[in-house]
Amino acid sequence: MSALIEAAGVSLRFGETRVLSDISLSVARGETFALIGESGSGKTTLGRVLLMLLAPSAGRVIFDGQDITDFSRGKLRRQRRRMQMIFQDPYASLNPRMTIGEALAEPLVVHGLASWRGAREKVDAALELVGLDPAVARRTPDAFSGGQRQRIAIARAVIAGPELVVADEPLSALDITVQGQILDLFERLRAAMGLTYVFISHDLPIVRHFAARVAVMLHGRIVEIGDPGVMFASPAHPYTRALVEAVPVPDPEYERHRMRQARPPKAPISRAGQGGACPYVGRCRHAFSLCGEIMPPLREVSAGWQSACWLLDTSV
Amino acid sequence: MSFSLPRLLGHRVPVTSVLGALGALLLAIVLLFAVAAPVLAPYRPTEIDLRQRLLPPVWVFSGSPRHLLGTDNVGRDVLSRIIWGARISLSVGVAASLLGALAGSTLGLCAGFFGGLTDRAVSWLIDVQLAFPFTLFAIFLLAVFGGGFVPVVAVLALATWVNFARVVRSQALSLRAQDFLLAARAVGVGTPRLLRRYMLPAVLPSIVVVASFSAAQAILTQAALSFLGVGVDPTVPSWGAMLDLGRNYLQTAWWMAIFPGIAIAITVLGANLVGDWLGAKLDPRGK
Amino acid sequence: MTAKLLDIAGLSVRFGATAAVSEFFLSVARGEAVGIVGESGSGKSAAMLAVLGLHPPGTAVSAERHLLGGTDVRRALPRQLRALRGSVAAMIFQDPLAALNPLLPVGVQIAEVLVRHKGLSKRDATLAARALLFRVGIHDAGARETKYPHEFSGGMRQRVMIAAALAGDPALLIADEPTTALDVTVQADIARLIVQLQRERQMGLIWVTHDLALMAGIVDRVVVMYAGRIMEVAPVAALYFAPRHPYTVALLASLPRLDRKRASPLPAPQAQAAQAAGCPFAPRCGRRMAKCEDLPPLFEIGDSLAACWALT
Repeated sequence: MSALIEAAGVSLRFGETRVLSDISLSVARGETFALIGESGSGKTTLGRVLLMLLAPSAGRVIFDGQDITDFSRGKLRRQRRRMQMIFQDPYASLNPRMTIGEALAEPLVVHGLASWRGAREKVDAALELVGLDPAVARRTPDAFSGGQRQRIAIARAVIAGPELVVADEPLSALDITVQGQILDLFERLRAAMGLTYVFISHDLPIVRHFAARVAVMLHGRIVEIGDPGVMFASPAHPYTRALVEAVPVPDPEYERHRMRQARPPKAPISRAGQGGACPYVGRCRHAFSLCGEIMPPLREVSAGWQSACWLLDTSV
Repeated sequence: MSFSLPRLLGHRVPVTSVLGALGALLLAIVLLFAVAAPVLAPYRPTEIDLRQRLLPPVWVFSGSPRHLLGTDNVGRDVLSRIIWGARISLSVGVAASLLGALAGSTLGLCAGFFGGLTDRAVSWLIDVQLAFPFTLFAIFLLAVFGGGFVPVVAVLALATWVNFARVVRSQALSLRAQDFLLAARAVGVGTPRLLRRYMLPAVLPSIVVVASFSAAQAILTQAALSFLGVGVDPTVPSWGAMLDLGRNYLQTAWWMAIFPGIAIAITVLGANLVGDWLGAKLDPRGK
Repeated sequence: MTAKLLDIAGLSVRFGATAAVSEFFLSVARGEAVGIVGESGSGKSAAMLAVLGLHPPGTAVSAERHLLGGTDVRRALPRQLRALRGSVAAMIFQDPLAALNPLLPVGVQIAEVLVRHKGLSKRDATLAARALLFRVGIHDAGARETKYPHEFSGGMRQRVMIAAALAGDPALLIADEPTTALDVTVQADIARLIVQLQRERQMGLIWVTHDLALMAGIVDRVVVMYAGRIMEVAPVAALYFAPRHPYTVALLASLPRLDRKRASPLPAPQAQAAQAAGCPFAPRCGRRMAKCEDLPPLFEIGDSLAACWALT
């Protein structure tokens, strides 16, 4: 399977701060790839760089074999038909002064796939595809709930028939009961349209069920990458382990036990990940001298599974 | 406004709405004067009748019902001159406001949306304009080049574009960070459409509000200018010119100055009230 | 029998024509922790605001019984209510930025509460505020107390809000989605902190959330709400291992878990289902019967209460 989207050595600085450092990854066509991390990890930024909505300070972004990093604005705009984005906040990502119909027709018209009038049929079809009544096309976004708006945003993202969809925390703003339905929709669309997803989230259980591969990000770096089922069951990187242990389970016994575990007061994660040390060194239980000096590279744990931790080298 | 009037037709009406309606009413009257002047005014504004000069308003002892608000020093009917004067005030006010809005909003929008060099250039222009003793310079220009509709409107628009530019620019800057713009970019929407369909509708409410205040200010400034001798149209009386003339007769024929003064005040008040109402209506609701 | 901190029955909250909360009841004693779970629109937050008399103007609130720390809230003067808030019951919210004053340093805000509710002098209050900040895990309290809320990270801000809530030494703490907006590792820490504080001070705790999983280790009893009504009340073990109400069952089944197979999501909620009489969950319920057109009362089943005809 060929790679649909790749990042090679991507870094991004905003002024003095390194938001992304040396990110390299490759997503195969038809794959569901997840980026997981907490706030400040850079996952949202990476999602935008992959779509070239933000230009990296260093490194290349390659879409379907083509290096799009240096594409002109016009060329990039034409590429957009093939690569779309879904945003976290369904209340903010739609223009409040445009009707749903116009918002959905827009991708088609802008890329020359239909005229404003001719788009009507496709708009209706897209709305039905996401489980909404075509009559909603006449209304503006404020009439709808979060779950419905997210469906509209999804319809807008897929209406022009893209190949890649980057979904930036699409479920985080939704109720737990609605999340499952939207996730189902993602799955159905993937099967029906052969989509490739880059799914950005902070929610481990959802990623476990939805993604085939996941990259764990911490302070702008990838610290572990592999199959979530295997990785979450037995994490190779201490940070991944901390994330897994922090996930609540609806089991009172287990939870009480987890609550009772005394934790040492946490030092904030230092930004030492820039230029030298491992970003987790401030909090890692297993940290030793080398961790504070040199950033560990991603090393293979087993086939398709990598972790950036000196412990890999020290264990037999 | 934090208090409301008790019950009008069973609904509580906020004070701003009542005042807004009042403002609209006042403006409507002025508009009526301007549009229907040939029909409404009992006399032609330049009609001199020396036998009727310096007549007081009808309710004063020696007044005449043929000249409700009295006459001026050459016998011209004050009421007719006020009705005709509305044309000048309104047309200048609206034209200056529109022109200023067009220029200021465009510059402000570009500055806020594109940032970088464009923003620096526009901001510099704004700073220059604000630091400059504008009115003095305007009067100088007008005195040198004479009055007339176009020069006066141009100068007034020059005075007011900054208000639009600043408001629109700051709104555009904050809009730029919002998701729905980024989402549109991600869809592949080009810059022209982004400006037209996304940015413009979002800043339009602010523009409308600033426009009503700007019109009020233009009317006032125009009155001041013609008071100082810089006129717009010698054949049509303007309220400011009437004030200028009436200034010399304050002791003897107070009505020559007072009524044009009231007309100016009412128009400006009306515009401000409507502006207030629009501001309250459009702002907190949308976002 | 410990005196009840909160005793409320028959609470109803209406916004205009909509009933946000109907026939809500709850009682909490010292040392007890109760969880209230529901989706947005379930009325859980509206109920909590009404409990403290913090509901927005224009909402109609009525109750058969409404006792807070022994005081009848329905007959209380605003002055009395204000005294209750902070000293008998305190509330923490999902968004500390909205709840804290952005213009005052955090130390000052906490000290204010101490001066008002405990009558401390300004100097004593400042010292006590510093101690509180330390207790909630802000270890360089002396340096941090002069900082403004926006200068803290999400988790730290939440700790500040907790400190401010505890300043009045309340007997009852209401936490409305306190960890929802936080990163998962921080979530665990804050939850742990609240539980510790509750145990230390023997406070009553009400934890409101839509996240069933997190609640499991924190509360003794759970109240499940849907469309403004109580669907089920159960001790925590019973709720998770033997849920009775179809809504609770579906809710638990829909949670994606790390350790289990794929979850089965609930069917889509109806767009603003009209206030039809009868069980509000019926349109989405797999066990719907004809009888569901009448509103079911709460039935006792084992240790739980559940409002469902299918259980009889």
